[in-house]
Amino acid sequence: MTPVTWDPFFLGGRQFHSRLILGSGKYPLPQIREVVEAGSPDIVTLALRRVNALGQANILDYLPEGKTWLPNTSGAQTAQEALTLARLARELGCGDFIKIEVIVDAKYLLPDNERTLEAVKLLVADGFVALPYMTPDLVIARKMEQAGAAAIMPLGAPIGSNKGLTTRELIRLMIAELKVPVIVDAGLGRPSQACEALEMGACAVMVNTAVATAENPPAMARAFALAVRAGREAYLAGLGPVSEATASSPLTGFLKSEPDPTL
Amino acid sequence: MIVNGQTIKLDKTRPLSEVLALCGYDQALVAVLVNDQVAPRNQFALLAIQDSDDLEVVAFVGGG
Amino acid sequence: MIITDLIEAIEHALAFDFASITPQKVEKALNQERLELTDLGALLSPAAEAYLEPMAQKARQLTKNFFGQVITLFTPLYLANFCVNHCLYCGFNQRNPLRRGALSPTEIERELATIKAQGFQDILLLTGESRGHSGPDYLEAAVKLAAPSFASVGLEVYPLKTPEYARLQKAGADYVCVYQETYQPQLYDQIHPQGPKKNYLWRLMAPARALQAGVRGVGLGVLLGLGDFRGDTLAMAVHGQYLAQMSPAADIAYSIPRLRPTPGTRAEFGQISEKELLQIILALRIFSPSFGLSLSTRERAYFRDHVIGLGVTRLSAGVKTSVGGHSGPDQGDEQFLKSDDRDVNQVSEAIIARGHQPIFHDYARP
Repeated sequence: MTPVTWDPFFLGGRQFHSRLILGSGKYPLPQIREVVEAGSPDIVTLALRRVNALGQANILDYLPEGKTWLPNTSGAQTAQEALTLARLARELGCGDFIKIEVIVDAKYLLPDNERTLEAVKLLVADGFVALPYMTPDLVIARKMEQAGAAAIMPLGAPIGSNKGLTTRELIRLMIAELKVPVIVDAGLGRPSQACEALEMGACAVMVNTAVATAENPPAMARAFALAVRAGREAYLAGLGPVSEATASSPLTGFLKSEPDPTL
Repeated sequence: MIVNGQTIKLDKTRPLSEVLALCGYDQALVAVLVNDQVAPRNQFALLAIQDSDDLEVVAFVGGG
Repeated sequence: MIITDLIEAIEHALAFDFASITPQKVEKALNQERLELTDLGALLSPAAEAYLEPMAQKARQLTKNFFGQVITLFTPLYLANFCVNHCLYCGFNQRNPLRRGALSPTEIERELATIKAQGFQDILLLTGESRGHSGPDYLEAAVKLAAPSFASVGLEVYPLKTPEYARLQKAGADYVCVYQETYQPQLYDQIHPQGPKKNYLWRLMAPARALQAGVRGVGLGVLLGLGDFRGDTLAMAVHGQYLAQMSPAADIAYSIPRLRPTPGTRAEFGQISEKELLQIILALRIFSPSFGLSLSTRERAYFRDHVIGLGVTRLSAGVKTSVGGHSGPDQGDEQFLKSDDRDVNQVSEAIIARGHQPIFHDYARP
């Protein structure tokens, strides 16, 4: 058998192969490299925080080179704050890719879709490659697409919940209707759930907590990478039909009961 | 001046790059908000900081 | 999607290799929850003829899910049959020595009153293409006469400019039907030897212009029998998909008239069987579960009755294809010969007999 290779996808004019996007949160710094090497993503997310001068460590020193950094705007509660965070990230010299997160709801950490849409408009106007994280809603996703979002990142379940692809039916619609890639973000707890997202036609998945909270995070990162790959290949191979019993009452027998006068 | 919420006395007006160095930051690794405005990296050496300014110094950390 | 994408997608659809479809591909399409265009291609292929019954099962279920068990009844009113086009398949062809006429406002009012009294709430106003005899002003006046007493007013006239559509929408037009007839550019060119209709792209983009002008719904159609019906149907679905993406709120309906013997034209086109027509209805319903599907009186009562519930959502009744003729003698000759002459009560009874409810509008202007 020929070895399989990823079929590429494009975001912001750049080509990517791995359809697993890894988050870098919740790890002790020395472990991150091992996790990222095991999961082998092309894109890794980062956050921005106030830092103290003392004991300042550069997370990028702990990450393998050659990845695309995807800073998020976590902490932003308004579109304007998201724009400020994005601009700060840009000054750090890691490119124009931004995962937009605008969250007001403190209990479930659900994205504020309305403000996120607002943020997409601001960031796109400012030249960013905007990837909005959102609660799956096709109608607002269309508006984000219209506003120039490079991809849409609907959540599979509340962030950090490891509950899986609980929003699958809504995401299915988004995959079918949107022209931009759909990247399932947040909530995926198991490799099988990531696999399912790819089987459904999601462009990629983004995982953080599921790997970070595993007993062995590097091994789990690798498991996700394999699952994502299997899902993508299954999607490309075309899933076979699920058989259903066919009722027998004839709806089309009338064609034969009377001759077709037009023949 | 205020740096990340802490009041620090600035003896005189100094360029941002100098202020960052005085506070112990490696300026290559941080981005700065000066009075809620993003300071462009190429302006670090020029931007004059006064004792009345409010600075937010941020850097990349792990995140999802 | 932009216009060039639409044109490319249509070319792609017209080049679809229906003969290469295997039964496995048909089964896959049937079991798919959301169909790709290639799945629709499979359902339209010769291989799918063996799957009409399972297609009908699926189409029936989808029709029920999306529309319930109702059929909307409407009737066309031909306002005028003056025409500057030379369409080889059409009775209104300028060269055809036809009795021509255009209803006056008084005649339109009288016709509308008669139609209204029959119970209709949804009316489709038709003309030939003649800016001299039935220009936008004429159309606007007719729409203004119809809008107060009908819940839904449709127009099936020549392609208009966006501001003209906006005017008509403001006057009360709810939907616009512009049938491409065939999506095959070369054939289109041959069968429209002269006249403004020769402009394929102008016609193709008319539904998009109407939607941009604020009209709520559009009707697409192909005249089955002109060319390869499979490619044309697939291309029409591409067109529908394009419009749905452009205007997610738009009400889109397909129409699939078969070419009928028409006075004054030569019947040298292909013939589509009822079986093939059924296949088209089922395939379109499965591919576009939320789109309307209209079946004209070109089809005989037996066929129209039997496809109730299998995908059709709109049926015409009490149809005259001549100019006027509802309230008195007609004012011009007819466009085509009908196969179903039943009036509104007879069609209603047939709908009820098949366990459905006839309704007279499924939308009212706010």
